[in-house]
Amino acid sequence: MTKSKLGLSVLSLLLLISFKPLQSAEMVDPIKVDWSFKGLTGTFDRASLQRGFQVYKEVCASCHSMQYLSYRNLGEPGGPEFSEQEVKAIAASFEIEDGPDAQGEMFTRPGKPSDKFKSPYPNVQAATAANGGAYPPDMSVLVKARKGGANYIYSVLVGYEDPPPGVKLDDGVYYNKYMAGNKIKMPNNLMDGLVEYADGTESTVDQMAKDVTTFLAWAAEPELEERHKTGVKVIIYLVLLTLLVYLSMKKIWSRIDTEV
Amino acid sequence: MSEHEYVPKSKAGKWLNDRLPLLTLGAHLTDYPTPKNLNYWWTFGGILTFCLLTQIVTGIVLAMHYVAHADLAFASVEHIMRDVNYGWLIRYIHSNGASMFFLAVYIHIFRSLFYGSYKSPREVIWIIGLMIYLLMMAAAFMGYVLPWGQMSFWGATVITNLFSAIPLVGDSITTWLWGAYSVDNPTLNRFFSLHYLIPFLILGLVVLHIWALHVPGNNNPVGIDIKKPSKDTVPFHPYITIKDAFALLVFMIIFAGFVFFTPNVLGHSDNYIPANPLVTPAHIVPEWYLLPFYAILRSVPDKLGGVILMFSAIFILFVLPWLDTSKVRSAVFRPIYRQFFWILVIDVLMLGYVGAMPAEGVYLVLARVGTIYYFLHFIVVMPVVGYLEKTDPIPMSISEPVMSGGAEPSIARKVNDKV
Repeated sequence: MTKSKLGLSVLSLLLLISFKPLQSAEMVDPIKVDWSFKGLTGTFDRASLQRGFQVYKEVCASCHSMQYLSYRNLGEPGGPEFSEQEVKAIAASFEIEDGPDAQGEMFTRPGKPSDKFKSPYPNVQAATAANGGAYPPDMSVLVKARKGGANYIYSVLVGYEDPPPGVKLDDGVYYNKYMAGNKIKMPNNLMDGLVEYADGTESTVDQMAKDVTTFLAWAAEPELEERHKTGVKVIIYLVLLTLLVYLSMKKIWSRIDTEV
Repeated sequence: MSEHEYVPKSKAGKWLNDRLPLLTLGAHLTDYPTPKNLNYWWTFGGILTFCLLTQIVTGIVLAMHYVAHADLAFASVEHIMRDVNYGWLIRYIHSNGASMFFLAVYIHIFRSLFYGSYKSPREVIWIIGLMIYLLMMAAAFMGYVLPWGQMSFWGATVITNLFSAIPLVGDSITTWLWGAYSVDNPTLNRFFSLHYLIPFLILGLVVLHIWALHVPGNNNPVGIDIKKPSKDTVPFHPYITIKDAFALLVFMIIFAGFVFFTPNVLGHSDNYIPANPLVTPAHIVPEWYLLPFYAILRSVPDKLGGVILMFSAIFILFVLPWLDTSKVRSAVFRPIYRQFFWILVIDVLMLGYVGAMPAEGVYLVLARVGTIYYFLHFIVVMPVVGYLEKTDPIPMSISEPVMSGGAEPSIARKVNDKV
């Protein structure tokens, strides 16, 4: 039994190794950050999420949409957990297009918590045209949409460098150590002291990059904390049940002369 | 099957059973004499049934919230993940469930290969099983298209384009499959429809698979025919049910580990980028469970040749019972074949690995070597080894001494412990 179990785990391991993902040649491995949301019981740093939202709102949101998030998400458990009043105030600070009204006209009104995050551009084409032909991707699931996840996003944010000698860059193209192909059309938007954090934290580039990455990680996986918590409970339950069933099995099979 | 006819005790039971013998069926399933020496590799049938039912139940719920439209599919998946109560859990069970399903089916298939379960008189069980496997691949491929991410779109494009390799009518067939002149909204719609249909076809085939199994009964690690019922068998319930339950729970722990702690590790990050017909991903790779076939496909420089070889790699399995010339079922008593079996396992794993790598340089060489070996194993090794091999002495029954040689009366016991 031990042998077959061992064989089973070896086989499953081999199957998993057998699809090691691809890696492109030019890429430098992203910086490994010890995120609080890593690991089996990882949770988000609430203060960092709130600061990250501030960075997103004041810096990223002028080009990047987050169309799958609603303002109400900002107050939900496992997220930045802004208070109900704060969420209402945040939503109300955006003018949202609604309609058509009874006359068939579109109109704008202050945002409500149930509204989706307002996008900076009406459509992909407008966003692309306004950004030198490069569409600033929607950031709702960006952390899940990039190999390397949060580490990669953070690394790109702090990875701007002068191009090495011999590398010519076109106008509106920047050199980034961690970006695939090293060329990025997003300028380096973070500089020390750019935002004034409400909680008084010093807004260094590194701090802002970490905070906004934490925020994006939550945006991509808003269920993460609940998932981790439920997962631990489910595994404990399954292990206990397995033990009980194992003992029952031993008992039942003891009636005959065969080992199980 | 039980020797004696089952007679229900209650009057109502007798009334029903005379009209529809459901209770007889139930009694048959409960009493079904099963070899007592089945090892844990035999628990994957039950695990696979669980996988299928899990996929069907979670899939039905997902279909209540999913929108099969090119403009809305991606957003509807995010809606499931964010707004539907426990939508993230249901979707992660479904997406990881597909991988767990294939993990289990590969173990199940290789178990059959090792112990010769495909051989007479179980050829029909084997063939139905392969039909299930084929349908599983179709269902999984179409399911992967539904979120309408980049890998969905480009995976669908690559696979459907394979049919354009067919001479003369290839392009027409591809257009017909697409319902358009490229992978587009009509393609997504029909894939959704078929993705919903196929699991129920699989369910029907599973019934036939089990029915066909219950005619000759289970093979076993020793691979010999046994008297049923006898002291070599145990009733299915409670002996096998409790053992299957234990194995299933261990499997579920691994399953839950993926779902709760690394739900996206088996997928490709590009599939969280909405489908864009204008941007081709740097590397288009299928899900891990299709990679060996992808490697075979790409190992041939000619498109039609690659397609033929890839389909042959699956269809050759259908004639396996007739390619294997050995009279001995279990590889436990086949010292030479046993080694080739493990070489095949390594070969398939290697093909899977190179299938995930770019088709160039050393990977291409490995893919070609692996492909050639894969076919050699079935076309040459199996018939020749079966013919020439000197097999080890085989026990007369699971609990009795060996038939020939006779030197080691304890061999049956040893086999029992070993496997």
